[in-house]
Amino acid sequence: MGEVEKMKKEAEGLKTQIEAARKAVHDTDMAAAAAGLASAPRVQLKTRRTLKGHLAKIYAMHWSTDNRLMVSASQDGKLIIWDSHSGNKINAVPLKSSWVMTCAYAPSGNLVASGGLDNMCTVYNLKTPVVKIVKELDAHTGYLSCARFLSYAEILTASGDTTCALWDIETGKQKTVFLNHIGDCMCLALSSDMNTFVSGACDSLAKLWDVRDGQCKQIFQGHTSDINAISVTSQNTSDSCSTEKRQKRASHAVSSFKSASSLMLIFTNITIMANINFFPIGNAFITGSDDCTCKMYDIRSDQEVIGYQDAQLNSGVTSLALSMSGRLIFAGYDDFNCNIWDSLKGEKIGVLSGHDNRVSCTGVPADGMCVCTGSWDSFLKIWN
Amino acid sequence: MARDMSDAEIMKMELDQLQKEVKNTREPVSNSAKEICEWVETQSAEDPLIKGVPEDKNPFKDKGGCIIT
Repeated sequence: MGEVEKMKKEAEGLKTQIEAARKAVHDTDMAAAAAGLASAPRVQLKTRRTLKGHLAKIYAMHWSTDNRLMVSASQDGKLIIWDSHSGNKINAVPLKSSWVMTCAYAPSGNLVASGGLDNMCTVYNLKTPVVKIVKELDAHTGYLSCARFLSYAEILTASGDTTCALWDIETGKQKTVFLNHIGDCMCLALSSDMNTFVSGACDSLAKLWDVRDGQCKQIFQGHTSDINAISVTSQNTSDSCSTEKRQKRASHAVSSFKSASSLMLIFTNITIMANINFFPIGNAFITGSDDCTCKMYDIRSDQEVIGYQDAQLNSGVTSLALSMSGRLIFAGYDDFNCNIWDSLKGEKIGVLSGHDNRVSCTGVPADGMCVCTGSWDSFLKIWN
Repeated sequence: MARDMSDAEIMKMELDQLQKEVKNTREPVSNSAKEICEWVETQSAEDPLIKGVPEDKNPFKDKGGCIIT
């Protein structure tokens, strides 16, 4: 038997053992455990603000930790910093590349970052008289699908080159590379203590990583298609950004494409995945996928504990956000709606309708006072 | 990057990972689920999107027009 064949056999054996171990602890599931709880009330949220200003599809948004400012990224080649209370635009940052897929606000509020098909993560200082580029983090060999600051000094990125990376912003170098996915990494979410993060990828797997030692601790499967969104509910803001849908083969094509016009075609035809969100208590995370379902995975029992799906829903999930307690999941779909799920009972309890195109990103600020949805219709809406 | 790795290298990476993970301890779902439910229940009481936001405390309340008395 060849080397690879031998390894395959051993791997199959180990997978069987792991599945057996998971089954052995599967003495209930979340819906059963939550059976005794009162149903979450029917949630009817109103649009309080419609933020107009972008001239093309919005791909991502992220709340500042001050619960008031937020950044959004659009195919019109701009980042806009909004004051959500007044609805005013504070900054409009022109991007060198309009093929942006993600944006992030640093916890301190001084920096924002963006990235996309330029394969780079660009960090900007908002506090200089004119917004300036602090650093261009350039080492990924594939598109940047997601970025999240740990602090003003460090940022985590997920890339179409199948790796995630932890960067030192000052030196512009990668401190740690997280290498284990075999498909494009589409989303990531940090735990509130910032010691671990989860990533979702085109290989339909979610992986839990130790930020400091670079090791993959656990791998979760269950989705039957690309994981688009991943959410760790925590004391941090939970959010998601959406990108274009794609086949694994297409993803290879995008990373190696050179001509701008070809990039444009792909950019408008592919659905990217949203991010992955940790649950507030930190022991679980939520994922959303192209397979039209969301799932909650429990870290300690190492498995899926509940799924959120509806026979009538046949559009992919683009984005996810969790309410402050984690009880409500706001999931954006390709069908222009954002559905609200009871995270414990698995029931759909509301819907946010109002966008005229795909909901590409959602986010709840840390104080939980509202939910923001961003769409390909170029608008952001604030609901509560 | 995974794309530059040979099949053998990818297989080795998967195998190494599985060998690590098979050693992980796994807790019963009932324990975890119970803890999550309890935590969420206590937090729900203060969750603005569940209990609602009173008009006067809502920073996003609809900006009113002028009232002429």
